[in-house]
Amino acid sequence: MTLHLKMDEPVDRDRLEDMVQGVIGEPIDRPEGELKVTGRAPYAMEQLPENCHHGVLVRSTISKGRLADLDKTTIEALPGIRLVVTDRRLLRNPAQGMAGEAPVQETDNIHFFGQPVALVVAETFEQARHGAQRIVQQLQADTKVVVNPDDPEAEIETPRKKQASTGDLDKAMREAAFTVDQHYTTPGHVSAAMEPHASLASWDGDSLTLHGSYQMLRFNRAELADALGIDEDKVRILAPYVGGGFGSKLGIAPEAVAAAIASKELGVPVAVAMTRQNVFEMVLRRSETSQRIRLAADKEGRLIGIGHEALVSNLPDESFSEPVTQATPFLYRGENRLIGHRIARIHRTPAGSVRAPGEAVGLTALEIALDELAEVSGIDPVELRLRNIPEEDPSQGIPFSSHTLAEALTTGAERFGWESRDPKPGTVREGEWMIGLGMASAARVNMLIESKARVTLTSEGRAVVETDMTDIGTGTYAVLSQLAAEMLGLPMTEVETRLGDTGLPPASGSGGSFGAASNGTAVFLACEEIRRQICEKLTCEPDDLTLKDGHAIVGNRRVPLAEMLDGAELSAEGHTEPGDAEDKVRQATYGSYFAEVAVNAVTGETRVRRMLGVFAAGRILNAKTARSQCLGGMTFGIGMALTEELLHDKRDGHIVNRDFAEYHLPVNADVPQIDIVLLEERDRWANPLQAKGIGELGICGAAAAVVNAVHNATGVRVRDLPATLDKVIGGL
Amino acid sequence: MNAAGNPTAQTQLAINGRDYRLDADTRTTLLDALRTHLGLTGSKKGCDHGQCGACTVLVNGRRVNSCLTLACMHDGDEIVTIEGLGKPGQLSPLQEAFVRHDGFQCGYCTPGQICSATAMIEEIAAGWPSHVTDDGTGKPQLTVEEISERMSGNLCRCAAYPNIVDAILEAAGGKRA
Ligand code: FES
Ligand code: FES
Repeated sequence: MTLHLKMDEPVDRDRLEDMVQGVIGEPIDRPEGELKVTGRAPYAMEQLPENCHHGVLVRSTISKGRLADLDKTTIEALPGIRLVVTDRRLLRNPAQGMAGEAPVQETDNIHFFGQPVALVVAETFEQARHGAQRIVQQLQADTKVVVNPDDPEAEIETPRKKQASTGDLDKAMREAAFTVDQHYTTPGHVSAAMEPHASLASWDGDSLTLHGSYQMLRFNRAELADALGIDEDKVRILAPYVGGGFGSKLGIAPEAVAAAIASKELGVPVAVAMTRQNVFEMVLRRSETSQRIRLAADKEGRLIGIGHEALVSNLPDESFSEPVTQATPFLYRGENRLIGHRIARIHRTPAGSVRAPGEAVGLTALEIALDELAEVSGIDPVELRLRNIPEEDPSQGIPFSSHTLAEALTTGAERFGWESRDPKPGTVREGEWMIGLGMASAARVNMLIESKARVTLTSEGRAVVETDMTDIGTGTYAVLSQLAAEMLGLPMTEVETRLGDTGLPPASGSGGSFGAASNGTAVFLACEEIRRQICEKLTCEPDDLTLKDGHAIVGNRRVPLAEMLDGAELSAEGHTEPGDAEDKVRQATYGSYFAEVAVNAVTGETRVRRMLGVFAAGRILNAKTARSQCLGGMTFGIGMALTEELLHDKRDGHIVNRDFAEYHLPVNADVPQIDIVLLEERDRWANPLQAKGIGELGICGAAAAVVNAVHNATGVRVRDLPATLDKVIGGL
Repeated sequence: MNAAGNPTAQTQLAINGRDYRLDADTRTTLLDALRTHLGLTGSKKGCDHGQCGACTVLVNGRRVNSCLTLACMHDGDEIVTIEGLGKPGQLSPLQEAFVRHDGFQCGYCTPGQICSATAMIEEIAAGWPSHVTDDGTGKPQLTVEEISERMSGNLCRCAAYPNIVDAILEAAGGKRA
């Protein structure tokens, strides 16, 4: 039996509130935690069969042109080498998120430096690596290649659908009491999940099994099948543990298709792990952005106009473009509005989703601009934002499903001790350290994605949750188990969640912060259906049934579930889909950031001393894992503010800093003991759990709080991120 | 030489208290020997270049990036990997504290973090100074600052850093200040 729900209307009844097991929302340890801390959780490359061969990818060393030839025969003659794959089905780059079909497959046509062109397969990894390093490519490079977005010869696309304008922004700028008109730039970023992309392929006849490191299995299966030209039902993908994703593992990637082709040809299992350098060059990056922001405010600081125009980049034929302005249409008031979006078509590693595409960089620039407006108007930055919270979505004229920005701002200001901040920059000094406080708002759109899950109540009265959903560190194992435990009245130890197998009901996958709420809703619906079946057995009304500690309670009857089931088991599927609710209201999550930095007056080095994040995302399903997601997001923000930056060679666009020694992720010492507050909220428009996504909220605007604090400390306004030492000291 | 004609080496390793005899290509790193040859996949490969710490293991009691050293250089060495520190149902105090404090999310950096922390606690106890130790001669204390500094060779992109510090503090009985 399947219980289905399309979200056309709000769900007014907070069903989880009726439940009595008392586990939902609790800060429960991850059920898979023991496996992870003992090294027993198997990731993609960790169940290598006996005769497994190893493949290493070969990259192009030009940015545009043709691969005329490869010295296959020399390489295939090296010790242990079994095969050099140059199949036309190899992928140029990973599929974009939720593509569901193969990305461009053109290994002899080179579009960017670092593009995969071949796979060298050998009996051992060492042999394959040697072969891949020795291979000589005959390349025909095009004489003219545009690799920089600011190259005057770059083709600039201005998609009609992505421009919007209401009122007259120019007039608002002329009439405003206070204005800001500035350019902000953010560099390219990488997801840098700690587990490099890896696939282990093996065939049984014409059926392929792939152990992979992927986020969205139902899409990945379709993409892989399409790339290989086989039926979807011949492909099974397993990804029970995924060593981080952050968008980089949304779509099927070159190593998976290469491993599958090689394995088929050789008749043995083949494992291909990208090197870290491969991951930098072959996996989709976050586009660099150049943003012009205009703010026009009346003398009370109320916005009468907002303009936000962005230039991003991608390869000529890639559909994705970083949705920089995504939050700008609804975050603040202002009747005169202008949104602009342009895409430079250049030959760099293609761009795609990296944690919170859009808001991560767009809101960061907007929140620096707001700080500038606070400065010119003399209005406190928190107060300025409070004055600009709109009553309804100012662009679409529809209500908000719920709105917590004001509460997040005031709660944060009080908890952080914001009133102690001196608005005059450069006034607090401790020896050679200049101290400053900064803040910013957080916002991220909320989504529901079609999702299915199956729940089985076994005859012993245990629950098994099954879906092809992934847990990429997000806490899926914990929250789905908690939902089933709560709905079916079971202790956590009596629930098992099985994930990451395309043989199980297809889920939303992990992406866009929608996983827990979408797939959680499917689990919730399946549990509702099981509750109905229990009621049938006990001939009672659903409202008269209480499930707790493995017992069904109706009136003064209390029966153990196993006894009630009497050897039978109950099973049900839940299925949810987005509906009209998306268009009737504006759904988003909100929050605030507060940061204290110390900037060294001699070196220009910035240290984040304290940081607070206050967030609301509807019902919190697990306070522990939700908090961790926020810590992770804010730390991405610290990286974005201070150190993270993809550097491309101006001549051929290649990524210069393609490893962890040169691309600087925040390390432990860069991150203070961040404080997180999760606000109570319910959003009845989101789904029956009344929960919203939280995986990305913590990065949206976080960097602005740090950069604004640097300004308060020093008076230096950094508009070109990251705020590295040279930029800070240059302004002191 | 192996069948394909690559030079190999016989190496005797004592791993987690058990003897292993390895006959592998001399280019095999200690990390690949553990993961690919000996089935000890608890040690992770995040970069293969000594830049992330995911492959940290203990060699004769000291923490080492196992991707940066060849297996054949460790003949006779005693090695402890994450599998040797505890197992499900029998966690080490540090492993338990990592679970309780959510000192991880995806879990990929975690074995390296825990191996690294295990040795790091000993280093502090032995009085080894770090960059943040006051004058380089005083005895270092187990503080947030010392732990953060000494754990900075272990990257965590999920950014469980504050929880990792809390877990280590609790397991090692350190101070919050
Ligand atoms: S894998 Fe050894 S340090 Fe990264
Ligand atoms: S837990 Fe994912 S990288 Fe540390």
